[in-house]
Amino acid sequence: MSLEWMFSIVENNWHLFLRAMGITLLIAIVGTIVGAVIGFIIGIIDTIPKKQTVKNYILRVINFILTCYVEFFRGTPMMVQAMIVYFGLDLAFGIDLNILTAGILVVSLNTGAYMAEIVRGGIIAIEKGQYEAAQAVGMTHFQTMVYVVLPQVWRNSLPATGNQLVMNIKDTAVLSVIGVNELFFQAKSISGANFRYFETFFIASILYLIMTFTATRLLRYMAKRLDGPQAYDKKEVL
Amino acid sequence: MDTVIDIKHLSKSFGNNEVLKDVNFHVNKGEVVCLIGSSGSGKSTLLRCVNLLETPNGGEIIYKGKDILQEMKNIEAYRTHLGMVFQQFNLFNNLNVLENCILGQIKVLKRSKEEAIKTATTYLQTVGMEAYVNARPNQLSGGQKQRVAIARALSMNPDVMLFDEPTSALDPEMVGEVLKVMRQLADEGNTMLIVTHEMQFAREVSDRIVFMDKGVIVEQGTPEQVLTAPQHERTKVFLQRTTS
Repeated sequence: MSLEWMFSIVENNWHLFLRAMGITLLIAIVGTIVGAVIGFIIGIIDTIPKKQTVKNYILRVINFILTCYVEFFRGTPMMVQAMIVYFGLDLAFGIDLNILTAGILVVSLNTGAYMAEIVRGGIIAIEKGQYEAAQAVGMTHFQTMVYVVLPQVWRNSLPATGNQLVMNIKDTAVLSVIGVNELFFQAKSISGANFRYFETFFIASILYLIMTFTATRLLRYMAKRLDGPQAYDKKEVL
Repeated sequence: MDTVIDIKHLSKSFGNNEVLKDVNFHVNKGEVVCLIGSSGSGKSTLLRCVNLLETPNGGEIIYKGKDILQEMKNIEAYRTHLGMVFQQFNLFNNLNVLENCILGQIKVLKRSKEEAIKTATTYLQTVGMEAYVNARPNQLSGGQKQRVAIARALSMNPDVMLFDEPTSALDPEMVGEVLKVMRQLADEGNTMLIVTHEMQFAREVSDRIVFMDKGVIVEQGTPEQVLTAPQHERTKVFLQRTTS
């Protein structure tokens, strides 16, 4: 009976599963955070007001490079990106990345490309009035972004960021092609030893589900915290 | 009388659409000036040109003897002397009422937090919103938001307050509370430039009324001169339409 098998698989391999979950979470979380940072940086650069100056030409060149980056990482499979980053960098430039570093790098760059679009959209969606009000009190573009626009963009893009985190938890599975010791890779090697593919991967799927479910709940909680209390305390007026 | 803002030969186009044509106009210290006219007459654009939210195509904006358009580098410093109140309130959505009123003071005027809070509290009292310091903009009614917006502008201690149709986005019941605050500011001797459709309010509060039509100032004068005995045909037609 497969239920017995499941118990025995868990009993014999729990430390391997746990370790693999740890690596999956590490890659997904670090990748999402770094990706979000990349996304915000690109979004900010992309929405700098364009003026007819020399600086503008530099900006355009930077924007072109960033567009290439975004298009490449959105338009190619992460599995292929993993092969290119891990094996390609070694072959072409002699950069020998540690497997885990390569995995985190791939997920970060991939997330960054998606986050750039999310942040860009978020910045564009902020009403013009917010910028005008900030300008009217004498704030510079940079101050406006830091104190008024980006906090709102951050709040509004939190659900999308959470979505990215969930996707990353699942998509780390493709990093098994370069031998990252994450949950899918571990399940494959365990099932390769016991030939109980269904049971082993069923356990893996439950573990993925636990991670993604927890991630969505945590992010929802974070969003609520950011929104502050639903009601305000009215101060006593003397 | 001291002229605070002197506008000379101001012009502004959006593409081929000439919105302001050679506008000459000034605001004196302590004066309350109302800009009236039909939609599309250029009155809001004129107001927005004054604090450079719109960049004029030509002319001069002279503030304390200096042509601002010649020294475009210091727009931010110039803007701190003008308090702007928008039709859509435009409170910073990510900040509560108090934070809205202190952000500019701290980041732009470099006041200390204590000083900023003190100033903000004073003006929140002026507009009767001191009880709501912890509230976020989305928890307030339109009239309350606009009063906070007025307090935010006043907190910067501007020389001139600019109002861009401050009651046009409000429910009729809430218009009164905002106009009451503005009336009080006028009585306290603040310099105010107001774009409005509230004729009765304009009549009561202004020292001078400016009627605009199709991008030019058609006539200006005391409320009696402009509203009771208008000289120009266009002013008469406009007033008939708004009062009937």
